[in-house]
Amino acid sequence: MAYSDKVLDHYNNPRNVGSMDKNSPDVGTGMVGAPECGDVMKLQVKVDPQTGIIEDAKFKTFGCGSAIASSSLATEWLKGKTVDQALEIKNTDIVSELSLPPVKIHCSVLAEDAIKAAIGDYKKKNSVATRETVSVS
Amino acid sequence: MKLPIYMDNHATTRTDPRVFEAMTPYFMDVFGNAASRNHSFGWEAEEATEKARKHIADLIGATPKEIVFTSGATESNNLALKGIAEMYAERGNHVITQVTEHKAVLDTCKRLEKQGVRVTYLPVKQNGLIDLDQLRDAITDKTILISIMYANNEIGVVQPMKEIAKIAKEKGVLFHSDAVQAIGKIPVNVTSDGIDVLSLTAHKLYGPKGVGALYVRRRNPRVQITAQMDGGGHERGMRSGTLNVPGIVGLGAACDIAKQEMAQESKRLSFLRDKLKDKLFRDLDEVYINGTMEHRLPHNLNISFAYVEGESLLMGINDIAVSSGSACTSATLEPSYVLKALGAGDDLAHSSIRFGIGRFNTEDEVDYVGDKVVDVVKKLRELSPLYEMAKEGVDLSKMVWTAH
Repeated sequence: MAYSDKVLDHYNNPRNVGSMDKNSPDVGTGMVGAPECGDVMKLQVKVDPQTGIIEDAKFKTFGCGSAIASSSLATEWLKGKTVDQALEIKNTDIVSELSLPPVKIHCSVLAEDAIKAAIGDYKKKNSVATRETVSVS
Repeated sequence: MKLPIYMDNHATTRTDPRVFEAMTPYFMDVFGNAASRNHSFGWEAEEATEKARKHIADLIGATPKEIVFTSGATESNNLALKGIAEMYAERGNHVITQVTEHKAVLDTCKRLEKQGVRVTYLPVKQNGLIDLDQLRDAITDKTILISIMYANNEIGVVQPMKEIAKIAKEKGVLFHSDAVQAIGKIPVNVTSDGIDVLSLTAHKLYGPKGVGALYVRRRNPRVQITAQMDGGGHERGMRSGTLNVPGIVGLGAACDIAKQEMAQESKRLSFLRDKLKDKLFRDLDEVYINGTMEHRLPHNLNISFAYVEGESLLMGINDIAVSSGSACTSATLEPSYVLKALGAGDDLAHSSIRFGIGRFNTEDEVDYVGDKVVDVVKKLRELSPLYEMAKEGVDLSKMVWTAH
């Protein structure tokens, strides 16, 4: 199969590879996929609690080149967005940016799921933290 | 050293220049129809096909009259299974095969099932070999055929042919073997192995594509096969169709070379294969061999690199031609059914690479491949959340995954 130049670029020079402390309150972590399906994505966002803006994003992916590229691209797009803007990223945006063929669309779906899972985790932590603050005072 | 490097010799092989040279006169100079009985054009073509028939027979311990030319092993397997099921329908309607056969056998069996034949698909053990007791137990008084491949095309494991033949003989059941991967690589002898019907193809042993043969035993027992193609009654009525003279000459030449050089060549191939294996095991952790090393083709290596997905690995070694059992590299988007049958778990199937070293690979190429694979696996493990978790001591088998 021929890969698009953008997929090759992300595969050869993946952006924002790494991990952040998943226990930190300002970090949201999403892990989606399964090893037996051949792809697992871990995507993390670090959010500025004052502004709600994503200041950093990291990923690690086990999967094909298109899965790696989709998650790498997602981290690029996430930085600078608010958590609510982040939720507007659609898998179809990733498909068109990377020119993914139909057989690789599930990679983009997985990336969208990973974004939603990471933001969801951040929001969950955040609301829990808020409630605790309230109960203490 | 020239890039890209071809190391996918289970898929196909480069035609040996000596084979190509042997074939060339049979396109424009000796172009007759081998079935033309009344002029020299026909006689010369027939002489060439008979010489080839002898080379094939000599390589596998058969007689020339037991060789039926076909278009390749898929046709040979179809002809063997369908032809025997039809011919022996009155004696019984049960066929035994195994789950790791090539699709040319499995899908032929599926069609036979639709036609009322009962098929038993034996499982394999974790080493890739069938259990002989299970084979014995599967045989009934309706069993007419056992079809077990000589060597597997993905993991290269060599099934116990002599033992299977002995069981078949005891029970009066015919024994067919798809020997495509074994022919010319390890000694195959239909007489001492006890095989009744055997499929082979030229392009896996440095011959041309589009030509193969079916060995059909003529004595003890005399095997009969119902033709599956109607026409001029060529090949003693078993396979109609004008003979592919240049292809057949190529198959014959390939068998002749294999007979002369196999002993020497297999030593070289197993040395190179072991060198590659040792390199990968020395420089990487968590790599696993699929299938037994004890009963294996000399040029096959099938390895799973845990926590790395096969297609992404292939992408990183794109100047090396190999195959993966990963779902992403298959037309069906399913991981290799052969690796799944070993029971190692789908995750290791997704992480597998098949190396098939061949006659034209050099030691320099093998060294290059070893270095490159190690580099790319290390790079992809840096990217792998699974590798990170495994290093942190997380038991991945106990994780709850969001399967999609």
